[in-house]
Amino acid sequence: MALTDRELWTVIHGMLLGALFLLAFAGGLAGLYSLRWELVTPSGLRERLPRLEIGTSVMAIVAWLTVITGTWIVYPWYRAAVPTSPRSMLLADPARALWHTFGMEWKEHVAWMAPLLATAVAFVVIYYGPRLAQEPKVRQALMALFVIAFAAAAVAGLFGAFINKVAPTI
Amino acid sequence: MSTVFQRTTVEIRGASSPPPIIAPAKPNGPAAAAILAAGIGCFALGVLVIASEAIPAFKNALSVYAPVGPLSGKTIAQIVIYFVAWGGLAYAWHGKSVAFGKVYLATLILVALGLLGTFPLVYEAFTAS
Repeated sequence: MALTDRELWTVIHGMLLGALFLLAFAGGLAGLYSLRWELVTPSGLRERLPRLEIGTSVMAIVAWLTVITGTWIVYPWYRAAVPTSPRSMLLADPARALWHTFGMEWKEHVAWMAPLLATAVAFVVIYYGPRLAQEPKVRQALMALFVIAFAAAAVAGLFGAFINKVAPTI
Repeated sequence: MSTVFQRTTVEIRGASSPPPIIAPAKPNGPAAAAILAAGIGCFALGVLVIASEAIPAFKNALSVYAPVGPLSGKTIAQIVIYFVAWGGLAYAWHGKSVAFGKVYLATLILVALGLLGTFPLVYEAFTAS
């Protein structure tokens, strides 16, 4: 049982960082939703705010690491100009070409929106601190941006998983 | 044998009661700058993707690292635009409060346009023949 270097990086990019991103999103969204002055006491706020700051920051960092490893490490292997690269194999088969022409083409671009949006959310959470509990409009805006960041990453993650199943990077 | 009852204070608050001062108010400028900069970054990516499809010479110029192809230039340019926009807005709105609703709406529009620009069925309509 062994992984090649390429398989290992694919696992790091897609599964390790992807799982962290999912966990951070779920925790962050729940934290943002419940960070309301009418729901938490000042001591409760002090208890949960560091968790929210860490959760949103981890999500932003993980989003950056995911797109950087994906674009600059894994993607060159995917699109290598050799007949055995996943891209070449997909394009050579009309029945599977859409995985590249639609799936990969969308994934490689849309993923780069997630780190920007997640960074904005993390920055605003840290900037406002406990005051965020009394800024409902800001909090709701952050939740929307957080969900959009997650949706962009989810599109990229799903297509990445499917494409790696159809034409693995080995 | 004795039993000790601990007194518990229950605070009842309704949505209509005035909020307690948990923390002092802050100017929203720095937060608005971070949010709008993200929108500008997303929009920039959409524009770069469409422009690279429409102008073959531009697409070639974006290939700053051959193994990654034009995606390398698109993402580098997007990140530069994002950080420059964030820095500029943060400088302009430092210590100030702005109309957060308008900034947020502008951000949503920019993100939506960016999403459209990166959708293959949209940007392929601009592909140079």
